[in-house]
Amino acid sequence: MAKKHSKFGLSRRGVLKAGAAASALPLVHVQTANAAGTLKLGFWDHWVPAANPVMRTMVTDWGKQNHVEVTLDLLSSGAANSKLPLTQAAEALSGTGHDVMAFLTWDVQHYYQHLTPVDDIVDGLIKQYGAMDGVATYAGKVNGHWMAVPTSVGSQYKPSCVRMSFFKSEGVDVEKWYPNKPGNASTATAWTYDEMLKLAPAAKKAGVPFGLGLGQTTDSVDWTGSLLRAYGAELVDEKGNIQVKSDAMKQVLDYMQQLAPHLPADTWSYDDASNNKALISGKSALIFNPPSAWWVARRDAMKVAEDCWTFPSPIGPKGRFIPYQPYLWGIWKFSPNKAAAKELLTWLQQRPQVEKLCDASAGYDIPPLLSMHDFKIWETEKPPVGTIYNYPIRPWHDAQSAMAAAPAPGRIGTQLYSNATFNVMVAKLVKNKESLDSVLNWAEHEINGYINM
Amino acid sequence: MAEGTTDVPIAGYSAPRPRAHGSALHRMARRRSTTALLMCVPLFALLAGFVVYPFFYSIYLSTLNRDMTRFIGLFNYQYLLSSNTFHLVIFQSCLFAITAVFLKALIGFILAHVMHNITGPDQKLWRGVLLLPWVIPPALSTLGWWWMIEGSYSAVNWLLQQVGIHPIAFLSSTAWARFWIIMVNVWFGTPFFMIMYLATLKSVPDQLYEAAAIDGATGWQKIRFISFPMLKNIISITTLFSLIVTFANFDIVQILTAGAPANTTHVFATYAFQVGINSGNIPMGSAVSLFMFPILAVFAIFILRGVTRRTREAI
Repeated sequence: MAKKHSKFGLSRRGVLKAGAAASALPLVHVQTANAAGTLKLGFWDHWVPAANPVMRTMVTDWGKQNHVEVTLDLLSSGAANSKLPLTQAAEALSGTGHDVMAFLTWDVQHYYQHLTPVDDIVDGLIKQYGAMDGVATYAGKVNGHWMAVPTSVGSQYKPSCVRMSFFKSEGVDVEKWYPNKPGNASTATAWTYDEMLKLAPAAKKAGVPFGLGLGQTTDSVDWTGSLLRAYGAELVDEKGNIQVKSDAMKQVLDYMQQLAPHLPADTWSYDDASNNKALISGKSALIFNPPSAWWVARRDAMKVAEDCWTFPSPIGPKGRFIPYQPYLWGIWKFSPNKAAAKELLTWLQQRPQVEKLCDASAGYDIPPLLSMHDFKIWETEKPPVGTIYNYPIRPWHDAQSAMAAAPAPGRIGTQLYSNATFNVMVAKLVKNKESLDSVLNWAEHEINGYINM
Repeated sequence: MAEGTTDVPIAGYSAPRPRAHGSALHRMARRRSTTALLMCVPLFALLAGFVVYPFFYSIYLSTLNRDMTRFIGLFNYQYLLSSNTFHLVIFQSCLFAITAVFLKALIGFILAHVMHNITGPDQKLWRGVLLLPWVIPPALSTLGWWWMIEGSYSAVNWLLQQVGIHPIAFLSSTAWARFWIIMVNVWFGTPFFMIMYLATLKSVPDQLYEAAAIDGATGWQKIRFISFPMLKNIISITTLFSLIVTFANFDIVQILTAGAPANTTHVFATYAFQVGINSGNIPMGSAVSLFMFPILAVFAIFILRGVTRRTREAI
């Protein structure tokens, strides 16, 4: 017998079933965030200004949907306006402040005792999207537990960004090394630190010296960190042993003695804006930086932007290492609203949200989940088309990310990084003309202090 | 008491004495000094909360290990005294503060005399102009200086190039970087000295200068034997005040060099920030910043002793 349907095409039993299911829906789709009233976020104030309003809109909308009152504070980082580290220190000591806080590179390693483990979030994301970047894992995990969630917002590689015209004048076609399409590692085997050393005098002679800083801020520290890794040199190994007197270290210092004279005269006082300015003003043929410099050139110096191409760092005897500066989001232990915080962070790490934020930053942000390195933004940004296609590490790049001062244990690494120990060694050796032994002894004493403190 | 009466004790009669306790309290409450003390209580509370407590708390912090979980006594100080980098910090801090304060006092003294001798409305105009550096927030003015002297695109280097001189990487050279850090501080702080000296000069009786002029004193002799002795106390006080502020300076060094090249321009405050905040070692950062205290205490003792002696002599 045919079932009797209502005029809307549903049987009475069907309507009852649907009603029962609907009434049970809140029981199975529990929104833990609904239990909490407010959520205070201390996120990084993005260098790409357009990225901030997008983040604000996203978290506000999420708050409305989940009945959570979200407050977003954007905290700057940098030598002259270090709101982020100051706020972290103040909140860790006072035990009050934001619920969620942004952390940069080594920060999680010295605040982890004040943070809530987030294994559930990160393990879930890895299960959902696959492998996490090695450096992000190193920065976010302590004693086998995730103490913060690696985020794309602000996370950046610092690969080579070059003026193609200069390299062509020296007989190098960088687009052949790294085309804006899937390729293979064999095309770029010539891009080595030796090649860079060979090109450096010509660049200086042409009035476009390589804008590589040897100062004491992050850009300078990050690229020399990758250089050390490429030569297999470490200041401190993963067991905490000092390695400053190794042959590999002496080899890198020797390399720097040869390279430094061909860098800009003010390389010793470079800050994080110096290399950007060098590229944008047309006074440098190579910097190691995210596409922010190219992005500003596109706005202010189109001819320079049209001549830029971004691709991985040079390779050394031990491999190709791209400087990576990861940002992470941690939940303070004192947060009264951990459930809402975890729900928001999980939501923000979903692919659609990550891509939206990445687009808003014009491709600056690098997702820590490797499967997200295929966003369209890196293919389509121009001029020239594909200029930042090779900004994220692609599977065929034969490259790894690297964080300066790694693989030292966290409490030592953070001091090596913030004190720019290797760059000070180079300055003492090359600029102050101190003897190699004196420099190595100085470094050993300094690091001994870091270890024993 | 009615007019014309006197307060004569009546024989055999003694007025009932109020209870001793109430009387003492009453007298104390009526004392002007008690009122003054009570009115100062909010100030004492603020000083206790914002000066005394942080000071002792930072002493306590400096005796802890990096994780702030264990008492380690004076180990942080011991380590700092053995560190070459910290030796540089002490040297640079002293060089910076002493040179800058000396130059500020000297230029301020000269400017105050020049101002004092400008008559009419011009003095107000020049005084206003010369005070400008002092009213601009130092972080902003330092940024302006940085734009003028940085290595690649600065105005100063452009000018040098126009006269055929190769650009100088001012902030990459230890000597030049130290020079500019001191110069920026002098530029910022001189107006304070000038205005203090000028105010004191205006209180020096003109008759002294007139008498000296009749006696045939030269301009230098007037400064040497009239102005300078009259200004001695204010010079001492401003020098002490400026030494304290200059030793604790942070923004100029942080913006111009952040300690580079090779840690040779760090001062106590910037190094404390690097160690305490950037490296996450709050106890060591506290120890660095506390090193200023004994140095400043020595300066304060000598300078204030001189001020007290001169004041007694004047009385």
